[in-house]
Amino acid sequence: MTIRLAAAAAALVFTLTPLPGSIVAHAQQRGGGAAARSARDAAPIDLTGYWVAYVTENWRYRMVTPAKGEYRRIPSSAAAVPLINTWDPVADERAGNQCKSYGAGAIMSVPGRLHITWQDANTLQIDTDAGTQTRLLRFTTSPSASAPPTWQGESTATWERATGPDGGGSLRVVTSNLRAGYLRKNGVPYSDRTTVTENFDLATLPDGGKLLLVTTIVEDPVYLTGPYVVSPHFKKEADGSKWEPTPCSSTW
Amino acid sequence: MFIYLVARRVAPALLLVVLAASNAFAQFDFVGSWGPIGTEDVQNDSVPVDYLGLALTEEARARALSYSESQKSMLERQCFGWGAAYLVLGPFGLRVSAENDPVTKQVQSFTIGAWEDWSEMVIWMDDRPRPSEHALHTQAGFTLGHWEGGALVARTTHVKAGFIRKTGVPLTDQATIDWRFYRHGDLLTVLMVATDPVYLVEPEIISKSFRQSRTPLDYRQECVPVFEGREPGDGLPHYLPDKNPFVDEFIKLYHLPAEAVLGYRETLYPEYRKKIKDTYVPPPPCTQSCGQAGNFVLRP
Repeated sequence: MTIRLAAAAAALVFTLTPLPGSIVAHAQQRGGGAAARSARDAAPIDLTGYWVAYVTENWRYRMVTPAKGEYRRIPSSAAAVPLINTWDPVADERAGNQCKSYGAGAIMSVPGRLHITWQDANTLQIDTDAGTQTRLLRFTTSPSASAPPTWQGESTATWERATGPDGGGSLRVVTSNLRAGYLRKNGVPYSDRTTVTENFDLATLPDGGKLLLVTTIVEDPVYLTGPYVVSPHFKKEADGSKWEPTPCSSTW
Repeated sequence: MFIYLVARRVAPALLLVVLAASNAFAQFDFVGSWGPIGTEDVQNDSVPVDYLGLALTEEARARALSYSESQKSMLERQCFGWGAAYLVLGPFGLRVSAENDPVTKQVQSFTIGAWEDWSEMVIWMDDRPRPSEHALHTQAGFTLGHWEGGALVARTTHVKAGFIRKTGVPLTDQATIDWRFYRHGDLLTVLMVATDPVYLVEPEIISKSFRQSRTPLDYRQECVPVFEGREPGDGLPHYLPDKNPFVDEFIKLYHLPAEAVLGYRETLYPEYRKKIKDTYVPPPPCTQSCGQAGNFVLRP
């Protein structure tokens, strides 16, 4: 009996002791009978709906186009500086590159609205009205090396489930295979070797509303000397009545 | 005999660990040093009149415009320090320690260590009752926390009337500040939602990330007032709200709309960007302090 007690206690210790970090990365196929569950069914948080950017940070870099040549707070490399100083928005527009500041490296910081839906049971879709972009966050497939790079690249998503009894968790998204783009409207570049890692977290506001926080880490071995970290946030809206798609623009 | 000893001595200890672990659900390791990541801008250039990203009431705007930075030169105000919100508005990292209950071994409180001009913040995790509304209000306030959905959630009340930005934007002692601390790997993101029924039309929401530091951080430094040209008893430096000589400085420097610099609510939403599309004229190319290290513009 005592042996069994000791063994049970040891087993419990192993089972219940949380791993370092608050949340443990879980694929949607977490064990315990959930192997067949889709990402949608296994979602620990509900990100769907309409969200509006609430621009209380980096206002001067997001709501208006900063001065040409300014890249404060971005760890741009020496290789980036000539590009920053020769930024030409008209030439970008003429070359069909007007979406360079709407790529995955920057799109969540562009003031606008998000519409988040499930495209299918294992693909979360984020549409933006600013720039009319679509991101597909896939829970099942890994990026294919042969696909051509795009503004939004290829995104692999996983749920990170909180270990506590009250549920909850976070969405982690890793995006690569990107076309080279801009971190800001004034041409601060990131290269096609960039990786964007994001964590989507929810919070409840004092008035009962919901807030979406997207902690974004941009890493680029070419044009950044270190990670560029920002955390734009969005308020949930009741419906899409204010949804207003607008095309990309490099001049505004 | 050996098995008996294991069962008698080890099993109870293991059970205690089990109990502690079950209560520790949803926790992450918050204790340690967290270095600041300076890639996000929450206070802009610290020019005297800069209320970008805020939704202020008329009263708040008037008070902020009456503020003079020279107040900080007064002997009696040099060590006044900044309120709880400075946790995410200031430039420093976090040094977090924990106090455990001696009996239950549960975390009773977390303490975020003080800086020279910021009081330490104690986050009580033991569900103790909040003090009476008439209790002492302090710069740090009173903070209760709990774990929720993998985040450390806390609310600060009982703050002393002070400022929510170093440019003199005021905050009353009726303000509450809600916090969420998220950890993802070695990154800690702190979300602050400050609500003030008097001075804020909408909550001030700031998020700031920190990276785990292997080197212990310590920003404690004694504040020693020194003579900066203002004698004790001199009047309080201030401006009449409509006579602030710096009201145009930030506006002219970056061609910014006045209503944005002065903290009007509508400027926080995407519609505002569309509104100013046809009137905004970009500033001339940057010629000084343009790069990463140039976080503070050189004032003429």
